[in-house]
Amino acid sequence: MNFHAQYFDLGRLDRLSYRRTAVHALDPRAKVIATGLFLVTVVSFPKYDVAGLVPFLLFPVLAATLGEIPIGFILRKVLIVSPFAVFVGIFNPFLDTRTVAVIAGLSVSAGWLSFASILLKFALTVSAALLLVATTSFPGVCHALRRLGCPPIFVSQLLFLYRYLFVLAEEAMRIVRAWDMRAVAGRGRGATVFARLVGVLLIRTLDRAERIYQAMLCRGFAGDIPRLGTLRLRSGDLVFVAITVVFLGVCRFFPVTEGIGLLAQGIWR
Amino acid sequence: MHMADALLSPAVGATLWAGTAAVGGYASKKLKVQIDDRTIPLMGVLGAFIFAAQMINFTIPGTGSSGHLGGGMILAILLGPHAAFLTMASVLTVQALFFADGGLLALGCNIWNLGVYPCYLVYPLLYRPLAGEGRRPGRILIASVLGVAVALQLGAFSVVLETLLSGRSELPFGAFVLLMQPIHLAIGIVEGIVTAGIIGYVAAARPEILESVAAARPVGAGVPLAKVLTVFALLAVLTGGAFSWFASTQPDGLEWAIERVTGRGELSEAEHGVAAVLRGLQEKTAFLPDYGFKAAAAEPTPGDAAPAWPGIAAGTSAAGVTGAAIVLVLVGLIGLGIRSAGRRPGSTP
Repeated sequence: MNFHAQYFDLGRLDRLSYRRTAVHALDPRAKVIATGLFLVTVVSFPKYDVAGLVPFLLFPVLAATLGEIPIGFILRKVLIVSPFAVFVGIFNPFLDTRTVAVIAGLSVSAGWLSFASILLKFALTVSAALLLVATTSFPGVCHALRRLGCPPIFVSQLLFLYRYLFVLAEEAMRIVRAWDMRAVAGRGRGATVFARLVGVLLIRTLDRAERIYQAMLCRGFAGDIPRLGTLRLRSGDLVFVAITVVFLGVCRFFPVTEGIGLLAQGIWR
Repeated sequence: MHMADALLSPAVGATLWAGTAAVGGYASKKLKVQIDDRTIPLMGVLGAFIFAAQMINFTIPGTGSSGHLGGGMILAILLGPHAAFLTMASVLTVQALFFADGGLLALGCNIWNLGVYPCYLVYPLLYRPLAGEGRRPGRILIASVLGVAVALQLGAFSVVLETLLSGRSELPFGAFVLLMQPIHLAIGIVEGIVTAGIIGYVAAARPEILESVAAARPVGAGVPLAKVLTVFALLAVLTGGAFSWFASTQPDGLEWAIERVTGRGELSEAEHGVAAVLRGLQEKTAFLPDYGFKAAAAEPTPGDAAPAWPGIAAGTSAAGVTGAAIVLVLVGLIGLGIRSAGRRPGSTP
């Protein structure tokens, strides 16, 4: 169950990345750079800052909505990987008990603030990474990385890995299915059988690599994967990066949330 | 044990990215000189293999929980350190992008923790001398159990250091170490046994595969076993002494951590399981009140909390600088180590 769910989720993220929307049409380099700046800005917030982080939710929300990516799907993936960050952060409220604020009669400790900050940062950074792939496609990200100076051999490695991920996942799925049918009532589920099964998979993989290499030689492979089509930076891409930089800068260096709060209070009165 | 963006400070994240990028550049430069074209598809397909193998779970006897293959060591055994490092880095990159495991900023940390240690420290200094050139199953078993366990201990300890230096978590050092190390010791031993099983199976079924691999990679062959063992023994004594000292200064943290460890055996393993989905649901319900709280907390924060901030901020930046210094020294040491190890065989230009 777990296995199949994981596999099909991977395929789903891949399919989403081939939609045609304004976000998908942006140059991959622009999106990689914008995402990188976003991550650094979010993570650079101090430990106890919660309010300042909130405006940054705009970035993933805009990317998801304009890119027509289902938000529920992204949120589910974020939740599945959250245990480690939650586990490490959950101790803060118990260890850092200085009271920093009293809201509606409830005293709030500094630990709760920092825990909330960790959770918010986690949601922001993880969803930004997922949205980058969902709106750019993995090969797109790889080509952007290459144009941005990543070693070609590593980019080839990423592209190969991605190409054969699906093939080998299907191979593994067949093995798991056959194993499930033969391992009745939990027998034969141990490490010995596992090692042999993975050994079989490994041998098949190595044979496959040899066949791939032969086939690639036939097609003129000389140590590098050429790319079809070229990347062109258009004015729209530059505008996108410029807007992102301004947005990040304003939200980082000006207390936007407090300003909005004060404004709202002023209007209320 | 993937590090997460949310627990990182930019200084620590950037430092480890710099270290990882330096090692990655070194590995690609080495590979460009050393490999034939054949290795490029081999690396790619083996990276996909690690994923496929991780999708197959087995039951750990006596516990009922399930384990899967980690990958760094088996790649190093099959590909040698440079190619294995790049392959591991690509596996972690895909994990960060598709499974959201870790994050893009934490990717530097994760490649460092799970790639540099097994490929550049443990494989040449521990696995190769212990396993030797022969194909004796006993030696392979000992070498891979020790190798995987040591690599995972180093990785888990680095996660602790990176988290503490980032200053986002309040967990005290002693308690955190006691949470991380024993779990990863258990995982490492199981993974080592499985790795030895796979290598043993391949050695029995298709011995020519491993022989062609061994023939092509002289790295680490010249390192004397006795010297390596003394270094690791010293390291073990030092870290053991440090751990117990920290543990004894935190007696209550210790008890608490042990309680947590016994309750957490499955948690770190079952990241992708049904249990994780259930926990995810649990967290969702705990998550929503926090959102309400955040909105409520937003306005009063600046006025009330201001006095507490300067001290804390100074603490984290000092920690960032310390971490940066430590990792720079580490990078320098590893760079020097690799250079001297690379010179010795005399086969590489």
